[in-house]
Formats: sequence, structure tokens, C-alpha cells
Amino acid sequence: MKNLQAVPAMAAEGIARSDALASNSAANRKFYQARVPIYPKLVHGNFRKIKWIVMAITLGIYYLVPWIRWDRGPFAPHQAVLVDLAHERFYFFFIEIWPQEVYYITGLLILAAVSLFLVTALFGRLWCGYTCPQTVWTDLFIYVENLIEGDRGARIRLAASPWTAGKIAKRIAKHSAWILIAVATGGAWVFYFTDAPTLARELAAGTAPLVAYATIGLLAFTTYSLGGLMREQVCTYMCPWPRIQAAMVDSDALSVTYRADRGEPRGPHKKGQPWESRGHCIDCNQCVAACPMGIDIRDGIQLECINCALCIDACDDVMTRINLPKGLIGYDTDSNVAARLKGEPAHFRFIRPRTILYATVLVLVAAIMAFGLETRRTIDLDVLRDRNPNFVTLPDGAVRNGYTLKLMNRSDAARDFYLAIEGPLPRRVDVIGLGYVTLPVKLNVEADKVRTVRVLVTVGLHDLKGGSQKIEFALSDAAKHETRDVDTVFISGAP
Amino acid sequence: MDKKPIDEISGTETTGHDWDGIQELNTPLPRWWLVVFYACIVWAIGYWIAMPAWPLLHGYTHGLLNHSQRDDVTANVQALKNARAAKEHELTKASLQQIQSNPDLLQFAMAEGKSAFGDNCAPCHGSGGQGAHGYPNLNDDFWLWGGKLEDIQHTIIVGVRSTSSETRQSQMPAFGHDAILKPGQIGDLTEYVVHLSGRAANPAAVQRAAKLFADNCAACHGAEGKGNREFGAPNLTDNDWLYGPNREDIHDQIWNGHGGVMPTWGGRLSPETIKSLAVYVHSLGGGE
Repeated sequence: MKNLQAVPAMAAEGIARSDALASNSAANRKFYQARVPIYPKLVHGNFRKIKWIVMAITLGIYYLVPWIRWDRGPFAPHQAVLVDLAHERFYFFFIEIWPQEVYYITGLLILAAVSLFLVTALFGRLWCGYTCPQTVWTDLFIYVENLIEGDRGARIRLAASPWTAGKIAKRIAKHSAWILIAVATGGAWVFYFTDAPTLARELAAGTAPLVAYATIGLLAFTTYSLGGLMREQVCTYMCPWPRIQAAMVDSDALSVTYRADRGEPRGPHKKGQPWESRGHCIDCNQCVAACPMGIDIRDGIQLECINCALCIDACDDVMTRINLPKGLIGYDTDSNVAARLKGEPAHFRFIRPRTILYATVLVLVAAIMAFGLETRRTIDLDVLRDRNPNFVTLPDGAVRNGYTLKLMNRSDAARDFYLAIEGPLPRRVDVIGLGYVTLPVKLNVEADKVRTVRVLVTVGLHDLKGGSQKIEFALSDAAKHETRDVDTVFISGAP
Repeated sequence: MDKKPIDEISGTETTGHDWDGIQELNTPLPRWWLVVFYACIVWAIGYWIAMPAWPLLHGYTHGLLNHSQRDDVTANVQALKNARAAKEHELTKASLQQIQSNPDLLQFAMAEGKSAFGDNCAPCHGSGGQGAHGYPNLNDDFWLWGGKLEDIQHTIIVGVRSTSSETRQSQMPAFGHDAILKPGQIGDLTEYVVHLSGRAANPAAVQRAAKLFADNCAACHGAEGKGNREFGAPNLTDNDWLYGPNREDIHDQIWNGHGGVMPTWGGRLSPETIKSLAVYVHSLGGGE
């Protein structure tokens, strides 16, 4: 990196010029290049405050949610949010989902994806800048680093200094703190999968299942390495989202923007110099020094920029001190910058075809999900027809088909269900265990359980019509409040 | 130390070799890759010490942890047995009818029976018990040795023409192969059996074979050809054919007297598994 030309130490009166350089600028990039370490400077300002608050909320949700209790009666766990792999249930407050209803999870993922599209089209990479776990944890790790090793200048000096006892002590302290955070991260994750208080006691006593310790270890390792060691490389090289977002963002999407129309031509400012006929950027590089991605926002929108807005705080601070209006760097759109350069008025267009489309899809999927959850049955029936053999011919020419029925009772009380077969097909019905039955037949299913019943349907020779006939199993509760009909076929083997 | 030549364009050092003017860049491995590589070597050495690793002339190094996958499997199987012990005990005590009438126990027995059927019976009888040429279909109502729960259980325990001393035993003579009857007589008998199953047959041949059938076949198959479960003799009137329904199939069966073997499962499978299998096979549809 050649930066040897003489530059003034001060960018303006009272504003030190930082020697920070964008790690990704084309001029400094080599063909093969080791990572340039980044030492982000701690900034103060509105966006930093917002980021602290978002960090507190997101980490709070992550750590506290497994401890929320939710009374579900005697047959289900009392944890508000629980992925119960052993019993194949997912609990989310008042919602309980069985593996057969995995489409709710699909809906949730679609909702998450479309929300991300919509937010990105409106406000740029809000997700990346504020709420992505990689950003939140990296922010936390950098803050811890700052507490122990000092701010940017101190950290650079420490890195360059020889290995003294003091340096070793600081490094041990930093990595220990990181590992503690990492273990706590993994430790909180496992509570989502089993009863949290029980597991916490087991973990403390060393009697928890091996898989719990292994999961904690794995997540501790990834948190430590991704948040502490790899940091911005995760966003730049590993994450697909920066690439995808290029399709979501257009010139009307908000993003953290250097207002080149106001800032250029940039250059150090001497006291008393007029501000006319020059830009407001005093080239102090404070925006680069503050950037956790190590880039220069003045190079324009770029892949590496996570829109964390810390450069806005850094720049606003400088502008305030040299008595210029804030907002040389701010949330703006490309088209606004272009408009102002041409002398046209800037305006924001939030309602665009793509935002309308995303919002419509979002509302539609949310409505379908809400309808599905609202009308969710506590009774369900799956019918598995015997396929091997497809049918059995009896001595008198009658044909028998076998069906395995799964009767599901999703309520918290044992219930009597009534099984019937709809339609005019004359037949004889046997239920294994009960023998020959007349329909509807009463079948008791325990609370929150699936009962498997094997049913044999026999149709006489003269009632057979064609190779395949429709047959409909109907399951209902005693009061007929809930019913579930499943269509299947009866196969006779006739051509 | 020699200074390695530097490539002008990329600024990266080269290997120093020159092939007709082409030089190779000496691109360093990424640091993280090297770290993982060395970590793997350290891990491997630790693994040798801790785990079974080196084959010896007799046996192998056991490692400090004395780990054995075989022991793990044994322990897992034992844990599974312990978990199932209560229900297995219920199976031991309950009669086959009691198993069938208790929904909870029935579900357990059906699951065990289905699994055991897939492991032991499916190779011959098919995955759904649908049978094949020479292997009985277990879904239908035709039984050689009886389709009651106890009959099925007994057949599973002793087998058919098996090595068990109590095996179910029947032997269809090879009338043609062993020259007990003449080829013409076997032709006539074939027509007679076709006639028994209610299909059109040569009346003259049927008439000629009536006495042959009474002399040679009726002892087992009965005077009317309705079979006899005492001897495992099939009913010839029901249009269910283990070795095929066509004249050639029937002729072949009279000539050669095929008879399959079902192994004895008593002693190989636990009594509880056999009970579960009996309940499962009974539930396939043909149970009496």
C-alpha cells in the first residue's frame, strides 16, 4: 500500500486526519492478498445508539425466549417456544405443529424471505446492517475488543508491538471473553430443543446428553471464529445475500450513501478558507476508520457495505465540529444523488411496482397462514393403501383391499372418533382387533397421539365396477364438530 | 536466502522454473487451510493414541479409550431391549387373542411383527406378504395349514418341511418323474384337476381320470379335491394355485411334485417376536 505522498496531519481545524484506507479499493488491491486487518473506531451518534438498542433486543430475544413458560395442560410441555424433536412437535406459544403440518414452516420461511425482499427494496440492507446475527455478534465482539485493548489507534499499536507480558495478558483476556460469549451463544441454542430449566440443571451437573455438549461446542466454535476471527470476510466471501440483494436494490432503494453532489471535490480544509467552490468532504477518512467492513463509503454502493450506518455517525460528528450541516453521508438513494448533481429536486419513491408486488405477496401469504392456523383441525386422518399386494381376490370372487389408517388426535384430551366410509359402494369392513364392524365404528384415540388402525374392505363380485373405484374414509368426533374426509381408491384388479 | 523472482504483472513470486517462457506463480496456500491441515495431523496422532488404530499380528492397538463399535452396538441393542421390556413382558403373558383385542398392545405387536416380517419373511413372501410363484400369498383367504392365530404361530415355529423335528410335513409325490403314473394318465389327471376348479375340460379325459384321482390323490386332497389342512394338502377347487393355474403348471406339478421349504423359526426368533409375527400375518387380511 503506497500512501507516501505528503498529506497534512489535520483534515480541518480540530479534525485529525485518519490514515485509514479502504481494504477493497482497486488501487491498493493485489492479485493475491492476505486479509488486511480492520480496526474499526468506536463512534458515537444516533445510529450507534439504535444499533446498541437493536443488539439488546435481538440478544434479549435469543437468550430469554426459551425461558418463557406457557401452560398447555398435562399432556404437553410448558415451554413457550420448543422444537421437540424427540416427540416430533413444534410449539410456538399458542401454536402447536405436527410433522404432518410442516407447510406452516414453509409458509414461515416464505414470509421471512418476502419480508426481506420488501425491506431491502425499501430501505436497502437493513437486515445486514442491524439484525443479522453475524452483524450483531461481530459488533459485540468488536465492542469487547475495544474494552480490553482500547480503540483503533491503541489496537493498531498493540498489534504491531512485540509480545510483552502486557500484550499477552490483553490477548488472553480478549479471547477468553470471546470464548465465554461464544459458549453462552451455543448454550442458549440448545434450550430451544428441550425443557430449558431441566437442561440447565443437567448442564450444570454434567449429566446432560452428549449431543447438548457437542452442539454447544460446535456453536461456540462457529461463533468464536465467525464473530471474532473472520468477521467481515463472512459477509464478503461466504454470505450469498450481498449477491442476491443486488437484484432487490434499485436506484430508488434507500442505502447508506455518500452525497457526492455535496462532498466533491474533497480535500483538507484550512482555517478561514471559504467553503464555496469546493466540496464539504474534508477527506478526514473518519468514515473509513469507523467502518467494520474496512471500506470507503465514498467509493459508492459496493458489495462489501452492510449498511450499518456507523460512517454516518462518524461523519456527522465531524460535520458538527466544523459547523457544517450533518448528513454528508446519510440514507439516500442513487437517483437522488444523480438528480441533485443535475440540479433537479430530489424525491423518494417508496411506492414502486416491486414494493407493491412484494407487499401483496407478503399480505397474501400471511393471510393464508392465518387462515390455516385459525381453521386448524385437532382431528386428522391419513390413509395408506396397501400396495403390495394391491388387492386380494377371495374364493367367491370378492375382492379385498387393505388400508392402514393413522388417526390423529391433536387435542389435549382422549377422544372417541367415529370412522365411516362414504359413498354407495356396498362392502364389508373389518378392523383388525375388532373384527367385522358396522359403520360408523367408534375408535378411542389418546390425547396428543396417533392411533394406527388396519382396515380391510371387501367388495362382492357383483358390486365390482371397473378396475378402480373411489372410496372415501370419513373421520369425525362424537359431536361432529370436526370431520376429516380422505379420498382414496378401491382396486379390484379388473382391467 | 535467495530472493525468489517476482512476477511483474501479479506481484507474486514465481517458482523460478521457466518452461518455454512460461512461469508458474508460487501461490501460497491460504493460512486457514494450512492451519486446518496441521491441526488434522495433530488430531491424527492423538487419535492413534486414544482410539483403536494399528493392526498388529494378533489383534490391534486398543487405544487409551478402549473404544469398540461392537460394544456400542451391543449396548444400544440392550438399551433398546430394556426400553421395550415392559411391553415385551406384556406380549409374553398375553394370549394371541388378548394381544389382538388390546389396541395399545396390538399397535406394539404390529410394529414388531412388521419389522420382523421385513427382516425374515419378505425375501420369500414379499414385502407385503403378497407371495410369489411357489411362495404362498399371506393376504388372501387360502391357507394350506390353517389361518387361525394359533395355526399361523405354529407354522412359524416349526416351519414346513424344515429341519425341526415337529415340522409341518407334506409330500406331493412326483408322479411323472418317479414313474408312478404313465404320461397319458398324468395328462388325464391334469384335465381332471382343471375340471375340479370349475373350468372347461376334456370330458373323456375327466372320465378316465376319476378312478386315478380316487386311487392316487384323494387320500390327501379329499374325494372332492377340497384339500386337507391336516396334511397341508391344497384345495384344488378354489382357483388359488401356488404353482400356477394353467394346464402346463398343473401338469408340471403332478409330474414333479414341487414342495417348498419354510424354515423353522422357533429358537431363532424370540417367542414374543413370533407372537407379533402371527398377529401381523393374521392382520394382513386372511386371518380366520
